Amino acid sequence: MTKISHAQALVDALHGSMARDPSISLIGSYVLGLGPLRFLVSKIRDDFGDRVFDPPCAEAAIASLGIGAAMAGGRPFVDIGTASFVFEAWSQIVNEAANAHYMSGGQITVPIVFHMLHGLRGGGAAQHSHSPQAMMWNNPGLEIVLPASPRDAKGLLNTAIASDNPTIVLDHAKLLGIEGEVPDGDYKIPFGVADVKREGSDVTVVATSRMVQVALEAADRLSGDGIDVEVVDPRTIVPLDKEAICASVEKTGRLVVADETNVSCGIASEISAMVAEQAFSSLRAPIMRVARPDVTMPFSPPLEDHLTPSADKIVDAVMKTLG
Amino acid sequence: MAEKITLDQSISIFERMLLMRRFEEAVLHLSHEKHFFGHFHVYIGQEATGAATLEVLRDDDLILTTHRNHGHVVGRGAEPGKAFAEIMGRADGFNGGRGGTLHLCDRSRGFLSTSAVVGGAIGLSLGAAFRLKQVNEGAIAVAFFGDGSLEEGIAMEALNVAALYELPVLLMCENNSAGGAGAAAGEYPSSEMAAKIADLPKAFGIPTEVVDGEDVRAVYTAVTNAVERIRGGEGPFFIEAITERWPGTKPLWPELATGITDIALAWEREKIGGEHARWIRDHDPVLRFARELQEFWDVTQDKIMEMDRQVDEQVAAAKNFAVASPFPEPDSAVHGVFVQSENRQ
Repeated sequence: MTKISHAQALVDALHGSMARDPSISLIGSYVLGLGPLRFLVSKIRDDFGDRVFDPPCAEAAIASLGIGAAMAGGRPFVDIGTASFVFEAWSQIVNEAANAHYMSGGQITVPIVFHMLHGLRGGGAAQHSHSPQAMMWNNPGLEIVLPASPRDAKGLLNTAIASDNPTIVLDHAKLLGIEGEVPDGDYKIPFGVADVKREGSDVTVVATSRMVQVALEAADRLSGDGIDVEVVDPRTIVPLDKEAICASVEKTGRLVVADETNVSCGIASEISAMVAEQAFSSLRAPIMRVARPDVTMPFSPPLEDHLTPSADKIVDAVMKTLG
Repeated sequence: MAEKITLDQSISIFERMLLMRRFEEAVLHLSHEKHFFGHFHVYIGQEATGAATLEVLRDDDLILTTHRNHGHVVGRGAEPGKAFAEIMGRADGFNGGRGGTLHLCDRSRGFLSTSAVVGGAIGLSLGAAFRLKQVNEGAIAVAFFGDGSLEEGIAMEALNVAALYELPVLLMCENNSAGGAGAAAGEYPSSEMAAKIADLPKAFGIPTEVVDGEDVRAVYTAVTNAVERIRGGEGPFFIEAITERWPGTKPLWPELATGITDIALAWEREKIGGEHARWIRDHDPVLRFARELQEFWDVTQDKIMEMDRQVDEQVAAAKNFAVASPFPEPDSAVHGVFVQSENRQ
């Protein structure tokens, strides 16, 4: 075990995978965004330069290139950069990659990974702040991965690269610098297996990505008030570990879902509906959602902060389930 | 450049063309008899382009085609019975009934996913070529697409990327809108501001050739030259093959406007008549090549008619196979979205 950053864990997984498998190419120049940790990718360029490609500003063509290469036997790792740019490649991802296995009757597989940084990085404003994973969830055929810790980042990325399905890995700029204990060597974390990040008995908080860290912060505060919060991190929303989520709700009887997608048709909404359907008799209070309001994201910091899902809002929601 | 096309190659090309033609006539019949429903698109009038191109390709070349895929798929050698079955949504179809006419593909013959999104084939061909370049065994990718594809943004991005990365891809643009009667007559003309379609790839520095898509020998020569250069590592090549649109190809519902093809009209030209006599006489590529087989290679009329009879038999058997194929089990509809593995719970 070594304590490393989330960004380093991603690089380790990608580097290790590329070392083992010559069919993996990295297509994209900004895997770790534009922050100070971006130079960690240099190791991949140094060791596998002939398999690293810097694409032009052409997300549709580059996504297509990756998808076609995957269909033809490669394992491309395509970095989209800021998740908002994925919309340029939307037809390719949802209408080519996601469909191909099913509509070909199983003849075609698309073992591609798309990586991107989603969410509120601070000052991204309307066009650079999206969390598109809920939209992706609403289109069958994409595995969707949301690592929330360095340990999860390395293991989930290894599984994503090895997966024969089109896989979207959504990271977050505010997670990249967080450090945590990471096993040395190669390991995979299976998809569809949630992780209880904090055990508790009073309320379940299901959270994804950066909101896991925010939920843990809220749980710490609430423990000071004698409220014991269980934080469940699904780690992947497709496939989703419904059993683990429902088991936690059966234990606590109360649920708050915290997510950075917009509230309408967002991840929090879908998980709430699923629990209401499958674990209704366990619920002692209505389910609360803490998500982004359905508002275009403004630039000015106090405006953005007002709309950002926060530890305060999670604390409020927990109190509502207890009130 | 003059190309030597042999008699054997010509016979092979003509067999492909006959199969394409008789297959599509059967599809029109199956639609008319309500064996399947919905939009479909036929390759009639474009057989010279497809057959000549497919003759040049290797087994390990990868192919991307579009909603107008039937000719490419059966011309490549895929079983026509499974192709009919797929078009009719039956379980024995190549895609198990899940794709239908729009997404017909046979992976074992080098077809990747068949996209019916205009421009999709061009985009995917970049990836096929990218992978083949890495594997480095000389195989190439081929994208068949129509003139309309060049109106989509993905096509422009793809031309740039193909040139930038020197991808081994043959971009076969089948322009079947030239000289047509236009939108008022129910046809779909390209809405391109480019003076000539061929100006578009040239703007990206891609070698480009324009050929008569109804002329087997011209297409064969152009494709042979292009493929040699692509396999030699020179990057992409763009061919625009122009055909006059078959009168039965309407945007929504194809009709058997020129009837079941009578091969004998290749030499009994005085008997050509009807509303579309001009197209049959001057633009039917199957009849044209039947004439050329006689004139350049002394193939007899009997031999040509015998080839056609054999194709008719093959198509009839394939049709029967497909009509007898069951529909897939309804509750199988929920399976097959993902590849399962021990890494997915």
